Amino acid sequence: MAALTIAAGTGNWFSALALGVTLLKCLLIPTYHSTDFEVHRNWLAITHSLPISQWYYEATSEWTLDYPPFFAWFEYILSHVAKYFDQEMLNVRNLNYSSSRTLLFQRFSVIFMDVLFVYAVHECCKCIDGKKVGKELTEKPKFILSVLLLWNFGLLIVDHIHFQYNGFLFGLMLLSIARLFQKRHMEGAFLFAVLLHFKHIYLYVAPAYGVYLLRSYCFTANKPDGSIRWNSFSFVRVISLGLVVFLVSALSLGPFLALNQLPQVFSRLFPFKRGLCHAYWAPNFWALYNALDKVLSVIGLKLKFLDPNNIPKASMTSGLVQQFQHTVLPSVTPLATLICTLIAILPSIFCLWFKPQGPRGFLRCLTLCALSSFMFGWHVHEKAILLAVLPMSLLSVQKAGDASIFLILTTTGHYSLFPLLFTAPELPIKILLMLLFTIYSISSLKTLFRQSFTVVTQAGVQWH
Amino acid sequence: MEKWYLMTIVVLIGLTVRWTVSLNSYSGAGKPPMFGDYEAQRHWQEITFNLPVKQWYFNSSDNNLQYWGLDYPPLTAYHSLLCAYVAKFINPDWIALHTSRGYESQAHKLFMRTTVLIADLLIYIPAVVLYCCCLKDISTKKKIANALCILLYPGLILIDYGHFQYNSVSLGFALWGVLGVSCDWDLLGSLAFCLAINYKQMELYHSLPFFCFLLGKCFKKGLKGKGFVLLVKLACTVVASFVLCWLPFFTEREQTLQVLRRLFPVDRGLFEDKVANIWCSFNVFLKIRDILPRHIQLIMSFCFTFLSLLPACIKLILQPSSKGFKFTLVSCALSFFLFSFQVHEKSILLVSLPVCLVLSEIPFMSTWFLLVSTFSLLPLLLKDELLMPSVVTTMAFFIACVTSFSIFEKTSEEELRLKSFSISVRKYLPCFTFLSRMIQYLFLISVITMVLLTLMTVTLDPPQKLPDLFSVLVCFVSCLNFLFFLVYFNIIIMWDSKSGRNQKKIT
Repeated sequence: MAALTIAAGTGNWFSALALGVTLLKCLLIPTYHSTDFEVHRNWLAITHSLPISQWYYEATSEWTLDYPPFFAWFEYILSHVAKYFDQEMLNVRNLNYSSSRTLLFQRFSVIFMDVLFVYAVHECCKCIDGKKVGKELTEKPKFILSVLLLWNFGLLIVDHIHFQYNGFLFGLMLLSIARLFQKRHMEGAFLFAVLLHFKHIYLYVAPAYGVYLLRSYCFTANKPDGSIRWNSFSFVRVISLGLVVFLVSALSLGPFLALNQLPQVFSRLFPFKRGLCHAYWAPNFWALYNALDKVLSVIGLKLKFLDPNNIPKASMTSGLVQQFQHTVLPSVTPLATLICTLIAILPSIFCLWFKPQGPRGFLRCLTLCALSSFMFGWHVHEKAILLAVLPMSLLSVQKAGDASIFLILTTTGHYSLFPLLFTAPELPIKILLMLLFTIYSISSLKTLFRQSFTVVTQAGVQWH
Repeated sequence: MEKWYLMTIVVLIGLTVRWTVSLNSYSGAGKPPMFGDYEAQRHWQEITFNLPVKQWYFNSSDNNLQYWGLDYPPLTAYHSLLCAYVAKFINPDWIALHTSRGYESQAHKLFMRTTVLIADLLIYIPAVVLYCCCLKDISTKKKIANALCILLYPGLILIDYGHFQYNSVSLGFALWGVLGVSCDWDLLGSLAFCLAINYKQMELYHSLPFFCFLLGKCFKKGLKGKGFVLLVKLACTVVASFVLCWLPFFTEREQTLQVLRRLFPVDRGLFEDKVANIWCSFNVFLKIRDILPRHIQLIMSFCFTFLSLLPACIKLILQPSSKGFKFTLVSCALSFFLFSFQVHEKSILLVSLPVCLVLSEIPFMSTWFLLVSTFSLLPLLLKDELLMPSVVTTMAFFIACVTSFSIFEKTSEEELRLKSFSISVRKYLPCFTFLSRMIQYLFLISVITMVLLTLMTVTLDPPQKLPDLFSVLVCFVSCLNFLFFLVYFNIIIMWDSKSGRNQKKIT
C-alpha cells in the first residue's frame, strides 16, 4: 500500500512500470513450471538439511548442486524463510514435492529477488543521456530502455514461468555495467566477481571485463592518439582489483578448499560429460553443424558411401543429455569449442585493447563475447541468449544501427525460447507476451530514431 | 507514437491479463453434485446439442430443469449450441447426454476458457477500442489510457475468466448499442441492444435509458415529421430482432410462456444469497423477506426502482444528449441493482460498464465506483479461490487509473461536475464549501474499510453464531457506497445544465 501511495503521489512512471510488471509476474504464478522448480527445491533442501561438506556430494536427487557456492548460500538463506511456508519442502527425500505453499514461496522468492533487477535498471537509466529527442515521455530513451529491460519477454518467461533466478543475477550484471559507466570501477569489478560466484555462466563475458579493466582502469592515461601509454600503468589499481577478486573467490571457495573438495566442486560446475548440445538444441553454430552432419550421413547412406553398421545408434535429437560422436564430420571436443569461441571474440577484444572507446566500447565487447560464447560454446542452453539480449538493450536506445541489430537479435532470440513452454495453456501467454514485446520494441525504437534519422540525413552526415 | 501501435499493445495487455486469470480455478471446480456456473454452461451445450429446440426450456426426463436449467434468453442457447458443435468436433464426451455431467478435465477447461476469450475478442474488445477512439475532446494518449483502464476493469475479468460466465457478450452488444445510438446510427444501435437483451435478460436494466434517449431524439426531430419516421423504424427494428431471435419459440403460446417463466422467476423471492442491495441490507435489521408476502415484495421493489430512476429518465426524454444518456445508464442500472427483484451480485457489472464509459469525464469517482464494485464481488471470488487474481487485477487497475488520469488531482468541485449543484446549495447554505474535501475523506474511509474487510475476511474465521458475518458486512458496506453513488449520479444528471455543458472542458 505504501508503494501504491508513492506511485500515486509522485506519478512516477518508473514505479508504475516496475509495479505493473510485478503484478503481471504475480498473475503468472499458476502457470506451468519446468523441472528447474524441483532443482531449486532440492537445493533448498540440501543447503538446509545437510552440512556444507555434503552440499557438493549429495546425489539423492538427479538435480545435483551445480552452481557456485554463493548461490548455495543464497538458497540456504531462502530455506530459512521457506520453513515458515512449508517445512516439508526442505526434506531431501521429498522428490518432486510441490505443494501449493511451496509453489507460492518459490514464485514469490523469484519475484522478490527481482527488486535487485529493478534497482539495476534504474541505475542503467541514469547512464543513458536524455537526448532532446521528443518531449513526450514515452519517446524518451530512459522510458524505452526501462520497458525493454523490465518487461523483457525472455526474462519473464524464463524466470516466472519456466522458473529460474536470472532476474537478480542479471541485475547484478547490469549494476556492474552501470557502475563502470559511472566510472566506479572497483564497485563494478566487485559486483562482477560476486556475480561469477553466483552463476559461472557469466564467465562467457569475463574476457570483456578483464581486458577493459586492465586497459582503461589500470592504465590511467592514453596518448593523444588514443593508443596505450605504458608508463601510466598503475600497480595500485591492478593490485586492488586482484585483491577484490581474490577476496571474493576466497570467501566463496575458501570453505571448500579447506575441506579439500575443490575438484568435486569444479566437476559439478563444469560437467563436460553432458555433451555438445543440450537436450533442446540451442540455436547456435553446433546445431547447424549437427544438422549438416545428419544430412550428410543420410545422403551418405543413400549413396552407399557409409556402412550402416558403423553409424552410432544414439540420436542427438532424442532429447537425452549425453555425449556422442558425429558420423561424417569430425567430432567436436570441449577444447575445440573453446578455441572457436576464443577466435570469435578476438576481434572485439583487440578493439577493446587497442582502440578503447570507454564504457560503450566495453558494452559492445561484452555483448559480442556473450554472443560468441553462445554460438560456439559447449553445452549451451538456449536461455543463454539473454546474456546478449539484455546488455544489447542498453546499446539499442542510443544508436540507430544498434537498434536495428537489437531488434533482429531480440526477436529471434525470444522466438527461440518458445520450445521452453510447450504446454497448451501457456501457448496464448507466450504468443501474447511475444507480440507485446516485439510490437513495442519495434515501434518505440522506430519512433525514437525516426527524428534523429531525418535530422541527420538532412544534414548529409554519414552515421553508423 | 502512432495510435494503432499503442492501442494494439493495450489490447494485448488486456488479453494477457484475461488469459492468466483464466488459469485459475472456476466456479464449482471439483464440487459435486451441483458444481457451479462452469458446469451450467457445459450443461447448456449438452442440452442444446442433444435435444430439439422445443425441449430446451421444458422439464423432461432428458432435461432436468432443477440441474442448471436454461434461464437465459434464446441467444445464449444458440451460442451454447455453436460451442457444442466445436466441442463435438474435439471431444464428444464433453457434451454426451447424461454421461457428461460434472465432466472436468484440463483439456475441457482449456476449451471453455478459449470460448470465453474468442467471444470477448469478437464482441467486447472491439467495442471498447472503437468507443475510446470515438471519444471527443481528448488527446490520443488519453484515449489509449482510457482503453487500457476499461480493459483492465477487474470485475468483468474475474467473473468472465475466473468464475466463468459470458458477460462480455451481452455487455459488448450493449456497448455497440451505446456506440450506435451516440453516433446517430440509431437503427444499428438498437439492433445491437436488442441482441444484448436477447442474450441476457438483465440487460433490461439498460433498456429504459435507451428507450428514453431514442424517444427524446424522436421528439427533438419533431413527432410530425422525421421523428415519427424514426420512431416507426426503431419499433420495426426492435420487433424484427426479437422475432428473429425468438422465432422457434413463437410457434406455440406455451413455448413463449415457458421461456418467460424461466427468464423471470418471480417465485424465487426478493433476493437470493447475499447481494449488495437495499433489500438484503435491510434484511439484516428487519427480515422483510420473511415478513411480507411475495406480491407485496414485488410491488414494493417495482415502486422503489421506478421512483428512483424516473427523474433521470424524464430529463433524458426532454434533453437527449450523449453525455446525459451515459450518466442515465449508470443511474438507471444502479437503481435497478439496488431496488429490484431477484438481483444477483454479478449484476453490478451492468452498472460498471456505463461507469467505465464515463471514466474520462469523472475519473476520480468512476475509479472509486469500479473499485467498490469489484470489492462487492469479494465473497463470490473467495468462494472460487480467486483471491490472488482479484488483488492483483485490482491493484493493476488502480495503478493504471492513477497514472493515466492523475485522479487525485481531479477532485475539485469543477472536476467532479458538482459545481452547479454546490452553487445552488450555497444559495441556502453559504458555508457549503467543503464538498470536495468531504468527498476526498469519504473516499479514504471507503478504501480503508474495504481493505480492512478484505483482510478480515481472508485471515479471520467468523464467529460460530454468525457464520455469514463477513459476507453480510461486505454487502452492507458496498450497499452504503452504492447509495452514495446513486445520489451523486442523480445530482450530476439533474444539475447538468446547458451552461454546464458549454464550460471549457478540462482534461
